[in-house]
Amino acid sequence: MGIYVLKRLLGAIPTLVIASLLVFAFIHLIPGDPASVMLGDMAEAEEIEALRRELGLDRPIWEQYLVWVSHVAQGDLGTSVYFQEPVLRVIGEGAETSAFLALFTMILVIAIGIPAGIVAASFHGTHVDQTLSGLTMLFASIPTFWLGLYLIFTVAVSLDLLPTSGFPSVLESGELSNLRYLILPAITLSAPNSALVIRLVRAGMLDVMREDYVRTARAKGIAEHAVILRHVFRNALIGVVATLGFTFVGLVSEAVVTETVFALPGIGRLVVQSILRRDYPVIQGIILVIILFYIVVNLVVDIVTTYLDPRVKLQ
Amino acid sequence: MVTSASKPLLVVEDLGVGIRTARGTFQAIEEVGFALDEGEVLGLVGESGCGKSITALAIMGLLPQPVARITGGHVWFDGTDLAALSNEQMRHVRGDRLGMIFQEPMTSLNPVYRVGDQLVEALREHRPLGRGEAWREAVAMLDMVGIPAARDRASTYPHELSGGMRQRVMIAMALICRPRLLIADEPTTALDVSTQAQILDLLLSLKRELGMAIMMITHDLGVVAEVADRVAVMYAGRIVETADVFELFRSPRHPYTDALLRSIPRLDSDLDRLVAIEGTVASPLARPSGCSFRDRCPRARSRCADAVPPLDPLAPGHRARCFFPVEPGARAVEPA
Amino acid sequence: MSAVLEFLAPFATRKVAAFGLAFLVVVLVAALLAPWIVPYDPQQIDAIARLSPPNAAHWFGTDHAGRDLFSRVIYGARMALLTGAGVVVIALVFGVLLGTLSAYFPTLGMVLMRVVDVLMGIPALLLALALVVILGKGLFNSMIAVGAIYITTTARITYGLTRKITAETYIEAVTSLGAGHWRIIRRHVLPNLVSPLMVQATFIFAFAQLSAASLDFLGLGLPPDVPSWGNMIAETRRYITRAPGLLMFPGAAIILTVFSLNLVGDVLRDRLDPRFKDDLAKW
Repeated sequence: MGIYVLKRLLGAIPTLVIASLLVFAFIHLIPGDPASVMLGDMAEAEEIEALRRELGLDRPIWEQYLVWVSHVAQGDLGTSVYFQEPVLRVIGEGAETSAFLALFTMILVIAIGIPAGIVAASFHGTHVDQTLSGLTMLFASIPTFWLGLYLIFTVAVSLDLLPTSGFPSVLESGELSNLRYLILPAITLSAPNSALVIRLVRAGMLDVMREDYVRTARAKGIAEHAVILRHVFRNALIGVVATLGFTFVGLVSEAVVTETVFALPGIGRLVVQSILRRDYPVIQGIILVIILFYIVVNLVVDIVTTYLDPRVKLQ
Repeated sequence: MVTSASKPLLVVEDLGVGIRTARGTFQAIEEVGFALDEGEVLGLVGESGCGKSITALAIMGLLPQPVARITGGHVWFDGTDLAALSNEQMRHVRGDRLGMIFQEPMTSLNPVYRVGDQLVEALREHRPLGRGEAWREAVAMLDMVGIPAARDRASTYPHELSGGMRQRVMIAMALICRPRLLIADEPTTALDVSTQAQILDLLLSLKRELGMAIMMITHDLGVVAEVADRVAVMYAGRIVETADVFELFRSPRHPYTDALLRSIPRLDSDLDRLVAIEGTVASPLARPSGCSFRDRCPRARSRCADAVPPLDPLAPGHRARCFFPVEPGARAVEPA
Repeated sequence: MSAVLEFLAPFATRKVAAFGLAFLVVVLVAALLAPWIVPYDPQQIDAIARLSPPNAAHWFGTDHAGRDLFSRVIYGARMALLTGAGVVVIALVFGVLLGTLSAYFPTLGMVLMRVVDVLMGIPALLLALALVVILGKGLFNSMIAVGAIYITTTARITYGLTRKITAETYIEAVTSLGAGHWRIIRRHVLPNLVSPLMVQATFIFAFAQLSAASLDFLGLGLPPDVPSWGNMIAETRRYITRAPGLLMFPGAAIILTVFSLNLVGDVLRDRLDPRFKDDLAKW
């Protein structure tokens, strides 16, 4: 297993290199000179020039790249223009909110998506399946920002049941009840993602149902529910895990909108604010962190898959 | 050797299966009837698409429900009409008193469970055994089907085994509850010739050892000649001839059977070209009226279009569905 | 004519999808005829009639500036259509180009596909936002930013299909007869790509609406006064309680349009993707 992890890590290196090149290119594609951008509109020419030399912007580009990579490897992602603090620290502050939101959402997605997908596949072709598929498609068609606003309007404002914005820290205060600030956002975020998971679980189950070994299981006289769970779902699970990994990473995307709607101090809202504030170091940092996150999640999915699927050779 | 005092184990009467497709509903099989005695091997022969697999699935209650259903008839097995049972009732018979093995050993085993576990699952579904006992039974069964180092092999996964091995595992799984009847749907078609022979030998020896009957479905007359005691020939969804195996090869009465036997090339014959049956099998949605073989039959006359010939006895134990059957003893072929 | 009938045939049995198709036609007509069918100028401000609920004069009510919501929603259809079409064109043109080239030049292709894989790992909206940072806001830049998301998926699909097709033995045969690369691409690869790409295009059009509306909502897409559905919803955040119609009407427009596109796309896929045909050969 250790060898396997090592091999996968080695395989991730080209991806890391490409990712680093992409992020570095991004920095330099932003219109305007990075130094003047960082200092803002009011900077003097000499200040800009000084910063340029300090940042090494007058060196050849490949040298800049290597310098940047070495900084990143040490955890230095630059300094936020707006906060005047290390980017990593700024991102770290938003991490708690986004992590809780993501966790909450994934729990909902798994709890709703997987059973619904199994049910839809089991009742394939009947009204249950068609209705479920229709509802799923409908939920996938709802924009997250609209759903958030709608929930705020109905649940929070009209019924005054749940808070609608902000998120006081749980880790700092130790107040678990603060998690209720995340209920509506998690519901909002889980809607389109559950829809996706339901569709893919259903499709995966249907594919497996066509396999010969399912017929063999029935020929043995196994009860239908055991066939569905022990034989069909257990094999479909392999694909489901990959789907869940992919969904987890994708949450970041929709979280941008959700955090904005619910004014949550997370990484998603930080992205939007940084764009509006032209705080480019933070934007770069977040993109880099997300790509790293994607690579790690992929690795985890691969490892889990080797446990689930004996056909995957550990060599 | 089958004695005349043998009890019929399986009696299929007038069985029909309808299939719904986007282009309409059609009868996949009609008026299918035959009998199988205890300890007997019945060969069900026919080309692809003639309905032999569907017949087997119908007997087992494994028809894919919304698309295909039994439209009529009875399947008498040990005194019970299987066709009338609910799925819940039927599944207690399946895997216990009635076993089935399929054509594709490479894909018929669940890839995520060990071989032993899959056998244990089949056993514990029908017998109140503990895990340890069941595992020991499973290993014993794997041994019985000729898998070397059975105890170690039981802990392996299907993808680690060859096609022949997997088929043996399938057989072990189907027989672990000692069924009275094993239905084998083209069990050797996907295997190479030498493995084929081994599997057939295995089936015959297991039949003797466990005292069970076998329904061998195949399109290969060679297999039939080798293992079957009696034969039923199917064409276009109907049984067209049933007979003792020697009788069938020596004296086929239905023109289709006759043509089939003629088309087998022989090393000692002097043929310029291979003999083939004229025409092709009609699509199930567009079968000709009357006898479905008449478009390809050299003996067809106008009466053949008017009605479907009944499956009449032409000699003791020999029936054929033809108004103008071939003369007895017209062939000179001896079975192997 | 028969092609139209063949296209419409599967909708006869699927009522819901048929409604979806009908709705899309309505949206199309609204978008095309907008200037002539709207009762008011969508930008016309009327301070007196601010935030009025639906009434005889204003079928959907008015927004916070007193502009007629119905007219703005109709114009929103225009923006939706325009944005969607732009995104689909960009995604297909560049995606197919990238995909077929990658398939045809294997070593370059492998590198390119790796890059595509990394890009696909970045969540969609984030990728679009990154491009907005580089390109700026506005209609065209929105189209490019959102289009980029789907260039990657289209490229992957095209790459896979092209490789599959060119690996077929009939390509070998044709090549040995002297057919050049372009001829093969033109006569054998592209025709086989049409069906799957048509299905793709429908879904891209659908999800582009959501991505573009999200960009608008965040203030990073179209300029704020342009009557796009996303913009309308963004503007009304403060007024939801007083005038829920501001949220509901444009919201319903987006939801129904995307839903209809998905339904139609599903029907198309069932018809065109041979993998989903029933497998009677099993018997």
